[in-house]
Amino acid sequence: MNINATLIGQLVAFAVFVWFCMKFVWPPLMQAIEQRQKEIADGLAKSERGQKDLELAQERATEQLKEAKTQAADIIEQAKKRGSQIVDEETQKGHAEREKIIAQGYSEVEAERNRAKEELRQQVSALAVAGAEKILAREIDAAAQSDIVEKLVAEL
Amino acid sequence: MASEYTTTEYIKHHLTNASMCNTDSGIAFNKACADAGFWTWHVDTLAWSIGLGILFLWYFRSVAKKATTGVPTKTQAFVELVVGFVNDNVVSTFHGRSSLIAPLALTIFVWVLLMNLMDLVPVDVIPTIAGLIGQHGFGMDPHDVYVKAVPTTDLNLTFALAIGVFFLILFYSIKMKGISGFMKELTMQPFGHWAFIPVNFILETVTLLARPLSLALRLFGNLYASELIFILIATLGLWQLPLHFPWAVFHILVLPLQAFIFMMLTIVYLSLACEDH
Repeated sequence: MNINATLIGQLVAFAVFVWFCMKFVWPPLMQAIEQRQKEIADGLAKSERGQKDLELAQERATEQLKEAKTQAADIIEQAKKRGSQIVDEETQKGHAEREKIIAQGYSEVEAERNRAKEELRQQVSALAVAGAEKILAREIDAAAQSDIVEKLVAEL
Repeated sequence: MASEYTTTEYIKHHLTNASMCNTDSGIAFNKACADAGFWTWHVDTLAWSIGLGILFLWYFRSVAKKATTGVPTKTQAFVELVVGFVNDNVVSTFHGRSSLIAPLALTIFVWVLLMNLMDLVPVDVIPTIAGLIGQHGFGMDPHDVYVKAVPTTDLNLTFALAIGVFFLILFYSIKMKGISGFMKELTMQPFGHWAFIPVNFILETVTLLARPLSLALRLFGNLYASELIFILIATLGLWQLPLHFPWAVFHILVLPLQAFIFMMLTIVYLSLACEDH
């Protein structure tokens, strides 16, 4: 328990241990720790940046979605308008066509009737003349009586 | 156990270092060295302390070589925990810049802790094994085989640590303040007048020398006392069982605490040495 040469031996051992620790143990461990700290800090910063980017992108996406929705609504509105416009136009056209066809039909019927009337009149006048001729025999001069016949025909 | 010893002999046997010296008739051991004076070597202290120091350095070195900056292995995480703990203490206490202080603190902390932890090995285990080896291997009387397994209960070791720290205190004092500044600190404090120089010098020298002295004696005293009580408990026969356990549990606190105090005071002293007053 007294002080002896062991002291010197321990002093040397102590010095060697401290030197070894300083040269070969501390620096690599500290370097690894500091490097990892830096990496973690970088990673955290990156993740924060990523988070921010994500938020931004989400905001933009929402905006675009909203825009697209309004656009879609506009387009639908326009299409509806156009559709009803087309229907109106077509209806009008149809109406006009019908009117035209009806008018044509009327005029055709009119023309036919007129022609038939004319024919009938001629035939009736011929018939009247023939009948009068028969009734009056030769006494009646066809030429002299023609104005009476014509008056008759005109009355028909 | 102490069956063939008296209690006094038993305690004495457990508290005696294995010593080695050079006599006229060659290398001698133990009792033959009683008169050898200063040139006696405590081989058990040397072997255990150096062995533990090498264990510490080998373990930490092997981790340091494989240290990755990515996800650490559990071993690496443990070592980094210790290193980080020491580094935090150094950074918060020592404000200068030095590549020596932190590794020094780490070495002191882990080495002293390992040596202290030898205290938790039951007191009879290592002496008994050594006695058996001595008896059967070398034909010695097991009573003459001495092993004290806790190196920090040897004043030589604690003083060696403290003197190493003391040299560093002197080195840093002179390096930071110059010889004249250091001298001034020794002579012009606490009374800043030339007439007080002798008084100041005495006071400051005492302050300076008290540091390594207290470092060495605190560690030695604590460990020696706890070892002694472990040995005393071991002499109680059956009663040692309930007593040994709480004492050992208590030392789970005391042993790291002593290592931590030694490290912390070393840092504080060196930081004081680097500061201008």
